[in-house]
Order: sequence, then C-alpha cells, then structure tokens
Amino acid sequence: MAAASTTMRASSTPWSETLPYRGRVGILALILTESSFFLIFVVAYIFYIGKSLSGPSPREVLSVPIVNTICLLSSSITIVIAIRSLRAGSIRNFSAWWFVTFVLGAEFLIGTAIEWHRLIYHEGLTLRTNLFGTTYYSLVGLHALHVTIGLVLILLVLILTVLGYMSERHVERADVLSWYWHFVDSVWVVVFLTVYVIGR
Amino acid sequence: MAGTIDREMGLDAVDDLEQLPILGRLHEWVITVDHKRLGLMYITGGLFFFLVAGLQAATIRLQLAVPNSGIVPPQVFNRLLTMHGTAMVFLVGMPILTGLFNYLVPLMIGARDLAFPRLNAFGFWLWFFGALLLYFSYIGGDGLYGAGSAPDVGWFAYAPLTELPFSRGNSTDYWILSILLTTVGSTATAANIVSSVFCMRCEGMTLTKMPVLVWLATVVSFMILVALPPLSAAQVMLLLDRFLGAHFFDTQAGGSAVLWQHFFWIFGHPEVYILVIPAFAFASEIIPVFSRKVIFGYSVMVAASCAIGFISMSVWAHHMFSVGMTPAGNSFFAASSMLVGVPTGIKIFNWLGTMWRGKLRFKVPMLFSIAFLFQFLVAGLTGIMLAVAPFDWQLTDTYFVVAHFHYVLVGAIVFMIFAAIYYWFPKATGRMLSERLGRWHFWLFVIGFHLTFDTEHFAGMQGMPRRIYTYQPGRGLETLNFVASIGALVQGIAVLIFVINVVRSLRSGEPAGDDPWDAWTLEWSTTSPPPEYNFATLPVVRSRRPLWDLKHPDDPDWRYE
Ligand code: HEM
Ligand SMILES: [Cu+2]
Repeated sequence: MAAASTTMRASSTPWSETLPYRGRVGILALILTESSFFLIFVVAYIFYIGKSLSGPSPREVLSVPIVNTICLLSSSITIVIAIRSLRAGSIRNFSAWWFVTFVLGAEFLIGTAIEWHRLIYHEGLTLRTNLFGTTYYSLVGLHALHVTIGLVLILLVLILTVLGYMSERHVERADVLSWYWHFVDSVWVVVFLTVYVIGR
Repeated sequence: MAGTIDREMGLDAVDDLEQLPILGRLHEWVITVDHKRLGLMYITGGLFFFLVAGLQAATIRLQLAVPNSGIVPPQVFNRLLTMHGTAMVFLVGMPILTGLFNYLVPLMIGARDLAFPRLNAFGFWLWFFGALLLYFSYIGGDGLYGAGSAPDVGWFAYAPLTELPFSRGNSTDYWILSILLTTVGSTATAANIVSSVFCMRCEGMTLTKMPVLVWLATVVSFMILVALPPLSAAQVMLLLDRFLGAHFFDTQAGGSAVLWQHFFWIFGHPEVYILVIPAFAFASEIIPVFSRKVIFGYSVMVAASCAIGFISMSVWAHHMFSVGMTPAGNSFFAASSMLVGVPTGIKIFNWLGTMWRGKLRFKVPMLFSIAFLFQFLVAGLTGIMLAVAPFDWQLTDTYFVVAHFHYVLVGAIVFMIFAAIYYWFPKATGRMLSERLGRWHFWLFVIGFHLTFDTEHFAGMQGMPRRIYTYQPGRGLETLNFVASIGALVQGIAVLIFVINVVRSLRSGEPAGDDPWDAWTLEWSTTSPPPEYNFATLPVVRSRRPLWDLKHPDDPDWRYE
C-alpha cells in the first residue's frame, strides 16, 4: 500500500476538491431518514387495505388523480432544466423554469385540496371514519406536507432570484434543493401506486 | 464545565471567558456551535440523567429486595420502571454516545468542526428540551406525592394499552412528545457525522486510513438514520389516534395491536446495536493503545461492523416470539438473530488478537475494556439462547431477559462509557482522573454488576416475572432478589466514587499534557483541551497512526500499510 501515499502526492487536484460537497451528503442523509419514515406509513397503509369494519371503501370514493400526477412528475423535469440553465449562466431561463416548477407543484397541492374537500364534504370520509380514512389522510397528508415544504423553499429561491441574489455560484445549493424535490416526486410514485393502484 | 478550565492553559478564547461574569459564561455555552462544547453538553446532560435514572433503578431494586415490601405503590412502581427504561435509552445512552462522537470525530479526522455546526446546536437543544419535557411530566397530574403524571406505560408503550381509553390523562403524550424531540436531535447528529466523515477529512485521510472509531461512528449514524424514523412514525400515528380520533392501533375499529410491536421493535432492536457499536468503537481505540499494538484485523473489524449494522435490521421480531407468529416467521427471526453472533464473535476475536502478546498496561480505561470483553461475551451467549424460539417462550418476560439485556446495556455500554471517559477526560479538560479512585470505582462496579445481574439470570429461571412490582415469599426468590439489590447498592456507591473523582479532578487533577497515554490518533496531536479551531494548521496524514509516524520518523507506519 506504499503506492497509495505516493500517488496521493503526485495527483494534481488539491485534496479538498476530491471530497464531495457537504450539502449533497447532508441532503442524501435527510432523504434516507425520510424514506424510512414514509416506509412505515406505506406499510401501515398496505397492512390495513380491506380491513375497515365500515364504509366507505376506496373503490367507492377514490378517483385516480391523473392531472395531478402528471403535473407533479413533470415538475421534476422542469427543475432539472432550471438547474441546467443556472449552470450555463442564464438567470433568465433559470427563473422561468423555476417558476414553472413552482406552478406545477402548486397545482398538485390545489388538486389534493379539492380531492380532500370532495371526500370530506360529499363522501363523508374523515380521519375518524374508518381504517381507510385513517391511513389515507395520514399517508397522502404526509406527502402533501412535504410538497408544501418543498414549495416554500422553491418560492424562497424564486424571490431571491427576482431580487437578483441568485447567480451561478449558488448552483450547488439550488441543486441540493432539486434533489429534495425529486425525492418528493418519487415518494408520490410510491404513494400513488399504494393508494390508487394496489389499494383500490 | 467552562469555569473549571484553568487560566494557565493559555487559550485566548478561554481566557476571555474567565473574565466574564457567570451569566455571561453561561450565555457563551448557550449560543455555542463548537462541536467540542456541544459534545461536552451532551455528555454532561447524559451523566446527569444517568444519576437520576440510576436512582430510579435503585428504588426499583429496593422495592424488590424483599417480598411484599410495599415501599412504593404499584402505580409509582410502573412510573419508575418506565422513566428508568426510557431515560436510560434516550437520555443517557444516546446523548453520551452521540456526545462522544460529536467531540471526537472532527478531531480524529483532522477537521476544524462538523459539517453543519448550527444543525448540531439545534439538535442538542431539541434533545435538551425533549429531556426536560419527559421529567416535566412529574409536576402535573396527581401532584408530586403520587409522583405526578409521569408515564407508566413502559419504554415500549405497547398499544392499544397506550390508546386513550386505557391511558387517560397526558402521561403517554409526554412520553410520545419528549421522545419525538430527542430522536430528531439524534438524527440531526447522525446526518452531521455522515456528512463530516465524507466531506471534512484532512489531507491524506482516505477512508481506509480513518480510525476504527470514525468508521463505527459512521455505521452507527447510518443506523440512526434508518432505524429511528420508524419509532417517530409510530409515535405520530399514536398521537393521531389519541388526539384526532384515528384508528391505527384501535382494535375496536379493526386496528392491530401487533403492528405497534412490529414498528416499535423495528426501531427497538437496531437501537440496542446503535448503543453497543459505540462501545465497540471505544474498545477499538483503547485496547490497541494499552496493548502497544496496532489493532488486529482493521479491515475485518470494519467489515464486521457493517455486517452487524445490516443484519441487526432484520432481527427485530425476536422480541415477539411469544406474540404467536407463524413458524416460518419464528424460524427466520431466530436464524437472523443467531447470524448476528458471527460478526460479533469475529470482533471479540480481533480484540483478543490485539491484546495477544502485547505489552499490556492495566490503566483504568483498559480495566473497563477487559471487563467489557468478558461481559459482552456472556451477553452474546445468553442472547443466542434467547434466539432459540422455544427457549424464549419459556423465559420471555422473566428476569432472565432483564439480566440478559442489562449485561449488554450495563456490562458493555456503561462499562465502555466509563472507559471512554477515563481515556478522553484528559483531552477534554487538560487534567487526569485519579487512578486510585478510578480503581475503586472499577472494582466496586464490577462486583456490584455481577452481584445484581448474575443472580437475576437464576431468578428468571426460577420464574421471577419481569415488570412486576412485588412477589410472594416461599418460591425460592428471596435470596436471589436480596443479593441483586445489594449489588445495585454497591454499583451506586461505585458511581458515587466516580462522581467524586470527576469533581475533584476537574479542580485539582494532575495536569495531563497533550498526549498522556502515548496514543496514535490525531486528537492527541493538539493541546488539551483543544483550541476552538482544533488544529492551528490542518494535519496531513499518511497512515492509520499519524502520531506514531511523527514520533518514529525512522520507522513510520506508512511503509507497511
Ligand atoms: C446500573 C444499574 C442498573 C440497574 C440496577 C437497573 C435495574 C433495572 C430494573 C430492576 C429494571 C426492571 C426490570 C423489570 O421489572 O422488568 C430495569 C429495567 C430496564 N432497564 Fe435498567 N438498570 C440499570 C441500568 C440500566 C441501563 C444502563 C440501561 C440502558 C442503557 C437500562 C435499561 C433498562 C430498560 C430499557 C429497562 C426496561 C424498562 C421497561 O421494561 O419498561 N438499565 N432496570
Ligand atoms: Cu433485539
């Protein structure tokens, strides 16, 4: 292993640049924890499918949120384009695509709110109704909470951009935020499959 | 501990502090983001709760010393039991271990701080207020005489007994909220340590050159990130049940009682390893230094720890053999539990290999480490016994189990916490702990430990049930219980000697110098206590024992690695 110490000397990149950016490792750690947290709620949901002692059942009241899903998943693409633009130095394109991402995310949230309104006031399904209500609102609500947090952060960056504080130097940080957003989107894929495909 | 740092130490930052009035100095500790101070705050807080929870254990043992004793009523006994278990795990084990990692990891990887210092402070204060909240519960409810409305649900809080109809009042809510807060604090530390290890190492410290302790801190941090959220999730569900009328664990609405047990033990079992792997980490630093040999089988050691981390995630249901799982379930969890024994055995073999033909120095940290090796071996063996499902059906919820897990929690974890404190105290304070008092502490603690927990194995086999506030005479339990209680008293005296040792040494201990043990890792290359910035110039390392290389330029390690 003596070679290892000599190659280290010979390499031209400074040591600190061989180490990853701490924000990236930090966000991966956060994503790991959050995945574990979500997993327990998903397990509870699957465990209780069909075990409610009273109605309504998912088949009676749930309709598949196609538009919502399309909006949220495409926001993962727009955020990638936004980051690319920032890396290329085009603040204008960045702010445009970042704005589109925000709008798509907000649409998803509004869609969820409409769905909940219908379920609560027209179908009479609440957290207390039965096991389906309990698991449905907690799992979907947990995800919606994460979308909300993501939207607040995205909005913050949007405001900073409009005020002229964003530049290429901040691309690493914006990228870290985009990883969080991708995570929220991937969780939706799992939630969608659990609630609207397997669970119906 | 700020006031105790000596003026002569010549640290400018500390000098300034000495001039401040007491409130100003306290303020400095409140606003600090320095990993060393936060580490010390975690450790001090943990030791404080160790005394409190120890007092509760002593009361429990006092109550059980003779049959039908009636020193505490049943309700108060349940509260003592819950607070003892909960505090020992979340307010003693977790903070002391994360505190030590907080203190040591940046120094050992040659960094000036952790990756996210402010997150670190945030985590500490969450832990702190969570801990206060748990004990705050004593003030409410039935008042102090009835020991308040402290939680009485056991540290596992089995649902549906913790659901509203069966657990009125707010004691369970205190338990949930306070543990939620402290776990978020621990998770923040874990994320911080992972990020620091990957992003803050000094020049030349490749992953294969990190001290074993840093490796194990990383493994533990990953385990914390994965294993703590299930508990938080289950607690959130319980909160939804209790406050918003959800039905997660409500059997009247078709909910499941077993689901809570799964969720709790998916957290609960890895938690035991989260607590014990740090003990391995301290042993892996202390045993080589006091044997004057490099650690035997560095890479095997690291690999075995990673294996333990993985396997221990798949054994949780060995706590649930008596629930009535399927035979296939029983077999799977029995087999995976036994599998954990393999890497654990490898590690014991490696520590023995390190001591083999070494020049052993029997200083206090080494004494504690040797006792740890022996006791952990026994704990592993009784653990394998319990992993045999039919054997567990016989002995579950008896004192055999209590004895087994205290062999791990006290015999391994507390012993290595003491070893670590004796070993690193000189670094953190600039003063040595007294060797003479340390020996008294060690021998009394070993004797007390074995008096208490050896006998409990036999009490368990005689049929002494766990979590019971009293027992009847004439069943062969009197002598064993009495001896166990004497042992608890002896342990208490030992801990008192330790406290005296710490307080005295802080004021008048022998000055330690930078490297009192003639050790090899980076933390000993800076002053004791280290300056706020840790290293005046960031170190460059070329081997796993950078200080050895410095001291022996004629025969450095990197030639062989
Ligand atoms: C140092 C001396 C200690 C003594 C004498 C002691 C004694 C006891 C006793 C008598 C019980 C009650 C067992 C029962 O009735 O089921 C108990 C439970 C427990 N102890 Fe300890 N203990 C000590 C240290 C520790 C430590 C260091 C830890 C953890 C780090 C710990 C964790 C627990 C837990 C988790 C329980 C179970 C509580 C429950 O069932 O809710 N103990 N201990
Ligand atoms: Cu276990």
